[in-house]
Amino acid sequence: MADLKERIAKRIAKEFKDGDFGNLGIGLPTMVANYIPKNVDVILHSENGFAGLGEVVEAGEEDVDIVNAGGAYVTAIDRVHFFDSAMSFGLVRGGHLDITVLGAMQVAENGDLANWIVPGAKVAGMGGAMDLVVGAKKVIIAMLHTQKGQPKILKECTLPLTAQKCVNMIVTEMGVMEITPEGIVVTELHPDYTKEDIQAATGCKLIFSPELKAMEEE
Amino acid sequence: MINKFLTADEAVAGVKDGMTIMVGGFLGTGSPEILMDALVRRGVKHLTVIGNDGGLPVGTHGAKTDRGIAKLLSAGMVDHIIASHVGMNPVIAEGMNAGTLKCTLVPQGTLAEKIRAANYGLGGVLTPTGVGTPMQHALDELGREKRVVKIEGKEYLLEMPLKADYAFVRASVCDKFGNFKCEKATKNFNYVMAGAADKVVLASERVVEVGELDSDHYDVPGVVVDIIVEGEAKWQI
Repeated sequence: MADLKERIAKRIAKEFKDGDFGNLGIGLPTMVANYIPKNVDVILHSENGFAGLGEVVEAGEEDVDIVNAGGAYVTAIDRVHFFDSAMSFGLVRGGHLDITVLGAMQVAENGDLANWIVPGAKVAGMGGAMDLVVGAKKVIIAMLHTQKGQPKILKECTLPLTAQKCVNMIVTEMGVMEITPEGIVVTELHPDYTKEDIQAATGCKLIFSPELKAMEEE
Repeated sequence: MINKFLTADEAVAGVKDGMTIMVGGFLGTGSPEILMDALVRRGVKHLTVIGNDGGLPVGTHGAKTDRGIAKLLSAGMVDHIIASHVGMNPVIAEGMNAGTLKCTLVPQGTLAEKIRAANYGLGGVLTPTGVGTPMQHALDELGREKRVVKIEGKEYLLEMPLKADYAFVRASVCDKFGNFKCEKATKNFNYVMAGAADKVVLASERVVEVGELDSDHYDVPGVVVDIIVEGEAKWQI
């Protein structure tokens, strides 16, 4: 499982270009930062209030005034700028964020996203997710393709939405998919799987790109 | 110059049962701890609390005590919390299950803008966030219906202002007039909340003379601060 998540994180890291301003969600999306090449200069947004997120720090090294959006003590890079919550989300909604990477419970073939609430289950809250997926120029979903064998990529979401038609790309252990007006197009397929495998694990009809490539690990 | 200084207990003496308060901080970072402690000592009940989250519960990220709004929740002083994320404080889920606590969730950016609208005298804000989600169809924290406004073909939600009886905010440094600055990631909701309530109470880590620091050092004008309380300490892990 760990290496499947690593595979996903490594592939998403390739989407970052020099100069991008991005936001990585908690969990698997956070792992993406480990694989962005050092020569690609990316500024990471921390929605609690800065542009220039560094790394989680060891116990004893904390600056108690610098935490990430999960409340963990982190470092800030040299070009950091700290701001308040209004500006933080102004940057998000205003289209200044190039990429946001989040997990999902369900994604629909039209790009609808559900990732914040399961009715009847314990409520956590959407935090900044609804703003991030509406505001970022490119929304990438990082997730395992299925949940307990059940498809998470569906014709329509059955869970309450985080936002409508917001997802641009989905990366799972099986492949890379882009949301287009025609439907979900598989652009890369991992060599461990066939077209039939990925289709069987998906709840809507997939379109295979004529230029379908192998999903590369490195 | 007007004297704004009170002790923490004096500063919260006007808070009554059933009032609405807002508290700066993000999972406790940037929360005015000495004001939360004074509120707990005062023991008011049935508060509506506006904040990003439910504070940081004891034991999380090395916290030796509850932090921020978590102190009020643990003391059973809150009837209604209006926040963007409540998953880190289990006291909230327990209260919701027991029927003693109401929770209204608001997207984080929308929460900041609703507070800013109250502070800046706006009738509301139009945001694309939440269109087509439960945010559009649920009533807001005061039971008001959401309106969808279409501008140049794009849909927005009209989100109404959110104000409070008291705002409790925290500064890293302020001068004796109340001009203040929050360092690093302690700004969060402190800046928008300062001015979005009838009374604004500022707890500061450091208080300096007027003119001691260049005026450009401060981000928030002292004119919005009613009460200053000295003695806020740096958080100890």
